[in-house]
Amino acid sequence: MNAGIIKQVTQHLVNRARWSAMEYAFWLAALASIFLLPSRHLILTEVAWLGLFALSLDLILGYAGIISLGHAAFFGVGSYVAALLAKHAIIAEPVLALVVSGIAAAFLGFATSFLVLRGSDLTRLMVTLGVALIMREIANQIPEITGGADGLQGVVIAPILGTFQLDIFGHVAYVYCLLVLFVLFLLARRIIYSPFGLSLRAVKGNPLRSALIGISVNGRLVAVYTLAAFYAGVAGALLAQTTAFASLDVFSFERSADLLLVLIIGGTGYLYGGLIGAVIFKLMQDWIANLTPQYWQFWIGLVLVLIVLVGRDRIGLGTGMVRALGQRAVRRLPIPAFRIAAPPAEGR
Amino acid sequence: MLTILFDGIAYGMLLFVLACGLSVTLGLMNFVNLAHGAFAMAGGYITLILVNRAGVPFFAGLVIAFAVTAVLGALFERTLYVHLYSKTHLDQVLFTIGLVFMSVAAVDYVMGSQQVFIQIPSVLQGRFELFGIGIGRYRLLIIIVCGILTIGLQLILSGTRFGSRLRASVDDARVARGLGINVNRVFTLTFAFGSGLAGLGGALGAEILGLDPTFPLKYMVYFLIVVTVGGTSSITGPFVASLLIGIADVTGKYYVPKFGAFVIYTIMIVLLLVRPQGLFARAAGK
Repeated sequence: MNAGIIKQVTQHLVNRARWSAMEYAFWLAALASIFLLPSRHLILTEVAWLGLFALSLDLILGYAGIISLGHAAFFGVGSYVAALLAKHAIIAEPVLALVVSGIAAAFLGFATSFLVLRGSDLTRLMVTLGVALIMREIANQIPEITGGADGLQGVVIAPILGTFQLDIFGHVAYVYCLLVLFVLFLLARRIIYSPFGLSLRAVKGNPLRSALIGISVNGRLVAVYTLAAFYAGVAGALLAQTTAFASLDVFSFERSADLLLVLIIGGTGYLYGGLIGAVIFKLMQDWIANLTPQYWQFWIGLVLVLIVLVGRDRIGLGTGMVRALGQRAVRRLPIPAFRIAAPPAEGR
Repeated sequence: MLTILFDGIAYGMLLFVLACGLSVTLGLMNFVNLAHGAFAMAGGYITLILVNRAGVPFFAGLVIAFAVTAVLGALFERTLYVHLYSKTHLDQVLFTIGLVFMSVAAVDYVMGSQQVFIQIPSVLQGRFELFGIGIGRYRLLIIIVCGILTIGLQLILSGTRFGSRLRASVDDARVARGLGINVNRVFTLTFAFGSGLAGLGGALGAEILGLDPTFPLKYMVYFLIVVTVGGTSSITGPFVASLLIGIADVTGKYYVPKFGAFVIYTIMIVLLLVRPQGLFARAAGK
């Protein structure tokens, strides 16, 4: 009896972690965009690092339930570290510099994770916001290293892996960002579907109960916060490398707030949420900025207000319906490899 | 030295008037309102238009700013905020950030993005010496006005029927409802009054804090610090927190200008670490 349940649960979890057709379609579309949309590579590059950044926020917000208003702190650290490494040719090779920047951000994430363990949502908001503001202030106050308010100029990015030089049309940059995003996405996906990922969900659902069944709540939160900081640092480093520039803007409050919007548009607690949100957000931003270059913030605010008034659940329901439709369409296909993970009770 | 202390106290008093509405509404409905600064900005700009363009006397402008922002606050509370009390903190944060962005862009559109100044009467300009302390007249006015308001608020809270209803609702809204207190109405009134105070603070503070469309973003942190550090259970907590922050900020900026901005954030983080529930909080029964 007991063994039967364990087997059932294991089977369910394995099914859940299986790649679905929609996921294949998503990444194939991303791959196709390299060849089909060469004129849009500059904005697609932005979509790629923004998607990675949103994925990072989703790790702590969607999977661990920590509301952060200062996620730009890690993004900014990654950005500055990458720009400095390139400028002074400490680590000229971009991929290695990317990893180092991510690790630098992860250090900050680890150090500050102990601050977010305590207190209520409001305290967490304040602490994360405070950390980002302090980082911005530090960057502002050491102009001899960071360039201060003028930003860090004169950054020259060496060829990637010593062979691929970044071009001004952003073709190489886009492929580079997309590859980094894909690799880190795979890693995140692996982590989310691992027992560790399940325990994170348990912590989000009810910290007290998860502690009672033997999950170290604080340990899990520290780990995921550090991981998310690493991701955010890599995203920031991608920005710095593809634009060969870093400025105080990377730490701004607006960046953290926009990021929340990106993630909310796509849906939280769902790995593709950040990526889809990044695509929609960038398209929207591009479109609005063309209409009213100066006041696009107003419309961003309006979107936020409307999303909350309509209800995030209903928007989530919308994407959920699309997903369900896609799955149903695929289920009709007689190819067994495309069988979708679904709990046995569903669809009967 | 004492002059700095004096300026710090004036600054702190101003922060208190700006933020006390936020702390009460937060305590009452557990509602995270990041858009509080937008009401302060509204008050500032209303006074600006009245005083600079329509030629209304400065003090009358302050009173009107209070009244208009209070009405505005009540309106927003009844039409928009009321839908959000049952939602998660994340929703509340998103919604109020959205409002902030909209207010910033809208004011930028209508009034322009440059920093503006309200013409203050000549009586209030300049400073005088008293026992060797340089006292700015305008700052003295702020201390007097804010001091009266603080005492008034304390008296209302502790002495009147409305005050006891309010305190009951903050302590435990459910039981208060059970006792027949119309918590929603108490909340609307409080929200309107708090917004009005923010508007008054914005109008008074335009001279010291500066007034431009990014005001709600720039000072959001300060309001939140006051509230989180002071706790939401009384107005004494935010009052002491405001004074502390005001003095620390002014002193920090004067003596160590290079690290001025760090002082305030560091104080906040350290205080939150030592007392996560705020300086004067009791264990909340919610």
